[in-house]
Amino acid sequence: MGGESIPDIIEAQDLEKKFGDIIAVDTISFTVKKGEAFGFLGPNGAGKTSTMKIIACVSPRTSGTLRVFGMDPDTYPAEIKLRLGVVPQETNLDPDFTCFDNLFTYSRYFDIPPDIAHRRAEELLEFVQLQEKKDVTIEKLSGGMKRRLVLARALVNNPDLLILDEPTIGLDPQARHLIWERLKMLQAQGNTIVLTTHYLEEAARLCDRLVIMDNGKILVEGSPADLVKQYVGKEIVEVEKTEEVLLCLSEKNIPFEVIGDTVQIATGSSREVVRTLFDHCSPKKVLTRPATLEDVFLKLTGRKLKE
Amino acid sequence: MIMYHFWSIPRITRRAGKVWHRNLVVFFRTWKVNFFPPLIEAFLYLFAIGMGIGTYVKEIDGIPYVNFIAPAILAISVMNSAFFECTYGSYVRMYYQKSFDAMIATPLSIEDVIAGEILWGATRSVLYVIIMLPVLAAFGVISFPTSLLAIPLAFLGGLMFAGIAMCFTAITPSIDTLNYPSFLLITPMALFSGTFFPLTLLPILFQYIALALLPLTHLVAMMRMLTLPALTGMVMLHLAWIILVTAIFCIVAINLMRRRLIV
Repeated sequence: MGGESIPDIIEAQDLEKKFGDIIAVDTISFTVKKGEAFGFLGPNGAGKTSTMKIIACVSPRTSGTLRVFGMDPDTYPAEIKLRLGVVPQETNLDPDFTCFDNLFTYSRYFDIPPDIAHRRAEELLEFVQLQEKKDVTIEKLSGGMKRRLVLARALVNNPDLLILDEPTIGLDPQARHLIWERLKMLQAQGNTIVLTTHYLEEAARLCDRLVIMDNGKILVEGSPADLVKQYVGKEIVEVEKTEEVLLCLSEKNIPFEVIGDTVQIATGSSREVVRTLFDHCSPKKVLTRPATLEDVFLKLTGRKLKE
Repeated sequence: MIMYHFWSIPRITRRAGKVWHRNLVVFFRTWKVNFFPPLIEAFLYLFAIGMGIGTYVKEIDGIPYVNFIAPAILAISVMNSAFFECTYGSYVRMYYQKSFDAMIATPLSIEDVIAGEILWGATRSVLYVIIMLPVLAAFGVISFPTSLLAIPLAFLGGLMFAGIAMCFTAITPSIDTLNYPSFLLITPMALFSGTFFPLTLLPILFQYIALALLPLTHLVAMMRMLTLPALTGMVMLHLAWIILVTAIFCIVAINLMRRRLIV
């Protein structure tokens, strides 16, 4: 690390979180640099949300060191939280207030003067395209609108670090794309973003760098493209599973994986594989597609259902 | 890991005022619903018990019966408004609305949030007493200017019941189990704390129990001293009891809430 390098917004070393005997976060280490969009991927129960809560200073860590903006969350929670914007997994807007008042009231918790808070609330409603819902109470909003308002609320204090826990959970494609677009804009403005998701497409689109977590541990770290290249390859050839194909692939020493009634072959050159298949294996259905983060994810975290 | 004890003095900042302010704004936004109950309550008690039972009882210890129960109406209202605000009200905000989670994502700490809720519960008691005083004054059953001291006393009494309520909210497994303290503590207290008949009518053992354990006993006694007025040195004893109990319950409530919400 050179002296002139980009400052670290989050530095975590051997971060651990236990709930009784259960280890939710198992001595993980990572750093997030200024201006970066950093993702935490993992199946349910991987420890993503626990990690987010520790960073957001609402859940104390069990052990390890953690610095957010160079400060320890145990000693300077208010100072850190003053500069954070948090989108929690569970939408917790204030149902006693309208959209505008949700933003305005929240601004007060950050000591933002009323005139600035007022202007900022108007701007943010526009930013998430809710200006027409300004005086509408929360219960009259759709799920997508609520999620957008939560994003707007996280921005009232112009945060230096935005923490998003499953920002587009349960949204339809339209609402999801709008949120992605807005997050892209924020990222382009130099905001630092940390997000968790189990939508792999979301991670691939938004994250500069990400980690895949399972059982409280970080399995891999890297940029989405590098991870795909490193762990799966360029492309995936999918063939319908038949005895003939299986036998033939084994004979030709082509590594493959059986998923349900399809056979997947990860490869750098799909043309060669397809040619071999057609020349020797008499396949039924063949499909070639680029490898995705989802393939990496399933490869690393397994295909068994996570509860 | 830091250990939190039930008795450790919580660090509360002025940010607690922001939680209080939030609740105040909501209260005044729906002021018609909120101002009506205390007004009606005052009338109901005065007519049903004051005029009704009062027709037969006439007076207690030389005091007209309506004047005897007027301070009890105030004290019960202080108890109910703070207690129900910090049980059902706070529980809904904590559990169903997730408002506390939203607040502690800002510079507010959980200590600030709970302190703000308790302060708000006490403020509600003050507002209710302010609404009831003119009604009681109109019926000529309380004396001025000493009765004006019922307002600051409402705040102290409100803090006490808000703190007690918050302890139950911190340990209750669900909103339904909050019915237990309501029916097993609040209702008996409203009847047996020297409210509608003097404590001295109870068997001596119960008198001691009421004085030792029922917070409302001390609040009613002080209220009565102010509204009749009939101030004696005993007022200091009641005041000391209330302050001590208030401090204990408020501190324990915040620590219990911290244990519940910060994991």
